[in-house]
Amino acid sequence: MQLAGCGRAQLEPAGPISDAERTILLDSVVIMLAIVVPTIALTIGIAWWYRSSNARARRQPDFVYSGRVELLVWSIPTLVIIFLGGIAWISSHDLDPAQPLPSKRAAIDIQVVSLDWKWLFIYPKLGIASVNRLVVPAGVPLHLTVTSASVWNVFWVPQLGSMLYCMNGMAGSLYLQADRPGVYRGLSAMISGDGFADMHFDTDAVPQGRFEAWAASTRGAGPALDTRAYEALLRQSIDAPHTYGSVRPGLFGDIVMQRLPPGEGPRGGVADVRPVGLK
Amino acid sequence: MTLLGKLTWQAIPFQEPLPLLSGAAVLIIMIAVLAWVIVRGYVPYLWREWITSVDHKRIGIMYCILAGVMLLRGFIDAIMMRTQQAMAYNAPGFLPPSHFDQIFSAHGTIMIFFVAMPFVIGLMNVIVPLQLGVRDVAFPTLNSVSFWLTAAGALLVNLSLVVGEFDRTGWLPYPPLSELTYSPGVGVDYYCWSLQISGIGTLMTGINFVTTILKLRAPGMHYSRMPMFCWTALASNLLIVAAFPILTACLAMLLLDRYVGFHFFTDTGGGNSMMFMNLIWAWGHPEVYILVLPAFGIYSEVVSTFSSKPLFGYRSMIYATMAICIISFMVWLHHFFTMGAGADVNAIFGIASMIIAVPTGVKIFNWLFTMYGGYVRFTSPMLWSIGFMVTFAIGGMTGVLLAVPPADFQLHNSVFLVAHFHNVIIGAVLFGVFAGYTYWFPKAFGFVLDERLGKWAFWLWLIGFWVAWGPGYVVGLEGMTRRLQHYDVAEWHPWLVLAEWGVLIILLGIVAQIAQIVVSIRTRERRRDVTGDPWDGRNLEWVTSSPPPAFNFAVLPDVTDQEPYWDMKARARELGQLTRPEPQYEPIHMPRNSPTGFVTAFFAVVTGFALIWHIWWLVLLGLAGAYATFVVFAWRDHDEILIPAEEVARLDRANRAARSAALQHRQLRRESQPESHE
Repeated sequence: MQLAGCGRAQLEPAGPISDAERTILLDSVVIMLAIVVPTIALTIGIAWWYRSSNARARRQPDFVYSGRVELLVWSIPTLVIIFLGGIAWISSHDLDPAQPLPSKRAAIDIQVVSLDWKWLFIYPKLGIASVNRLVVPAGVPLHLTVTSASVWNVFWVPQLGSMLYCMNGMAGSLYLQADRPGVYRGLSAMISGDGFADMHFDTDAVPQGRFEAWAASTRGAGPALDTRAYEALLRQSIDAPHTYGSVRPGLFGDIVMQRLPPGEGPRGGVADVRPVGLK
Repeated sequence: MTLLGKLTWQAIPFQEPLPLLSGAAVLIIMIAVLAWVIVRGYVPYLWREWITSVDHKRIGIMYCILAGVMLLRGFIDAIMMRTQQAMAYNAPGFLPPSHFDQIFSAHGTIMIFFVAMPFVIGLMNVIVPLQLGVRDVAFPTLNSVSFWLTAAGALLVNLSLVVGEFDRTGWLPYPPLSELTYSPGVGVDYYCWSLQISGIGTLMTGINFVTTILKLRAPGMHYSRMPMFCWTALASNLLIVAAFPILTACLAMLLLDRYVGFHFFTDTGGGNSMMFMNLIWAWGHPEVYILVLPAFGIYSEVVSTFSSKPLFGYRSMIYATMAICIISFMVWLHHFFTMGAGADVNAIFGIASMIIAVPTGVKIFNWLFTMYGGYVRFTSPMLWSIGFMVTFAIGGMTGVLLAVPPADFQLHNSVFLVAHFHNVIIGAVLFGVFAGYTYWFPKAFGFVLDERLGKWAFWLWLIGFWVAWGPGYVVGLEGMTRRLQHYDVAEWHPWLVLAEWGVLIILLGIVAQIAQIVVSIRTRERRRDVTGDPWDGRNLEWVTSSPPPAFNFAVLPDVTDQEPYWDMKARARELGQLTRPEPQYEPIHMPRNSPTGFVTAFFAVVTGFALIWHIWWLVLLGLAGAYATFVVFAWRDHDEILIPAEEVARLDRANRAARSAALQHRQLRRESQPESHE
């Protein structure tokens, strides 16, 4: 199979959540293959053996009911589903997105706002914000609180794990962690309009020291994310990554509580969408 | 307010040549067909025999034709999408986002509502009354109205190609994206009104068939003697009756938001967009089973006939069908595990979803045991069935995988999900209706389809499907989400190019199917199904001639067993003659043709179009017209025609003679080679 070499996604996890989810995924597939493969083989085998031209096949045209076979055909799938159901129950609780990760290190808070058509990442404790680039320290739990300033989106970094809906007026809680430094692709997993295909971002997981250096160099540099700057973000556009040196306190809460207006949608019918990477 | 509401010349997409040219091409073809029909003088025939027909067989055939034509439209969308994604690696491709988004929305809408639904409903129409041994459905004129309203919806969707635009938010228009703020155009309105109109038609079909199956059955046909296809049709129509009102209500709320400023689903003003998702899937998940259960019924018929054995575990199959019918209403939340509900909620809905795999697995095993010990004949309906069992085993597996919440956290909305539902919709529903269409074609038209081209079609579809959607599973596991107009990930590109090849192989399969129809029609004289029983069938639809007379059965059959026709044949073979002496023929009352359906649908199109473009006077006119049609129908004086006893006798004697001859022929052949069996 080619799958193993493809990488950059769910099957090449870079954190504990995606790692556990890959295990669940592969285990479930293997358990089911144990019944699916024989079923497929039997289908082809029985159909071929009992072909009407096969003189050696023993015909039983009256074999239409058998209590033993009935017991078998109901119990095999039932047993598999009981087993898988157990896995589903336990793993749903273990991997509940809102459940904090066990770690000696305190989780870093990041507020995620999906906009038309870009991502805003606010670091409330550090007082900085970044558009279309998520910088995180490796080895530290991330506590992401996600919302949308406009239509629905889904926040997803496949190599880190669980995706979560971003919805206006709602704040979803998601714990993730990058175990090792690297650049992990993030994207929106729900159609959000004409600029949707460009709603992806890089997640830069960097060592703690470099993260602190990045935060320090960002703070105070560049524009401030005040109400006016935020309102500019509400317009439909596709943006290159950039940062804000300061953030108006309480901005995220005002977005979630709808004290700030939602994204304004297309102006004059059709938005002028020109992808950043494409000429 | 102007006379034409929002409608101006700007609604015609002059700046976008692609939809305009394709629209023009469709228009030219339609005008050409219309001109041909008029010049050849077929209009009175079409009007009398088809458009105003309330005969369930004719209506069923028209449903299937609608589905076939719409399949071509939806498939063109598929080719465009695959081509766009094959081209759009670090490039804009040939479709701008505004157009690409309409195409994937139209593809899904058309394939579900105007291909899968009418195909399934069409086959039920043709076959269910025949299998029940009755002369028509419970409400024949209502049946015609149902069909024409479905066609009206299809027409509106296709109108959006050239007048205005279609929905750009996906085949299910989730708010807030589908609200007026974010989708100010007419696309969502086209979607909603088309589905409101066709949805009413579907709901009436549900009522009609539930009534037919519960109340109209041949004497002696108890529930425990009903053919499996009728059982699955019953389950499917019960689901329609229960689920379609939810869709109608849900879309009505969205329309109230969009037209008169309500706040059901807006996130401002106290609305709740999550409610839409719950409601739409409370309809949407049962919808999956509305489509697939009748397909399961078809497989049951086909596997049993072509294994020359009764269906294995008949009662088990009924329990499995009804279990699926009920559980399908309790699993809708698995479509959005990633919304952020708690672990308990997710786990409960995940496990409920998995439970459906149990009765489904039982069905697969029972088909296996039906073949076991039988005489399996590899005709093309049987190939579709075996192809289904193999393909669906994989599709079912990926479905159960998606029902494990933590796996879904990494697969939701990815191309893996898209591959899964194509795996089940193509591999189960479409293969099923193709099997049913080939199997029952001789019953509907009186001649058998070409087998060689039928087998070509099967292999091309099977291989094409896997080449097109195998890569979908792969890119889904490489983190590709659905509906991307362009992308910059190198790993995805080769797989998407491969998928493009897959869709081209499917195209060849469709070409083979069209060729099959053309060749079969041209050589129909030597493909005649003289006896009405070309496959050595087992249920009542094979008792009557092919095509059946308008009244289906000269005398209603007397059912004494689960496979009435098979028993009849067995006894006839023992006796060496037909079991029943010629009956006393009596005149038969049949429902009279009615243009009600067609006229109602005409006014529905007018009303829908006027609503989409805010042409309020025309809305009133359309509604008044539809109401007047109803009043005229309700006050009709003559609603039945009488088929004289001589006519009934003539048709039935011809059929009896053909069967007698076939029986004699069989007898002679058996005497000359006693070892052989069929």
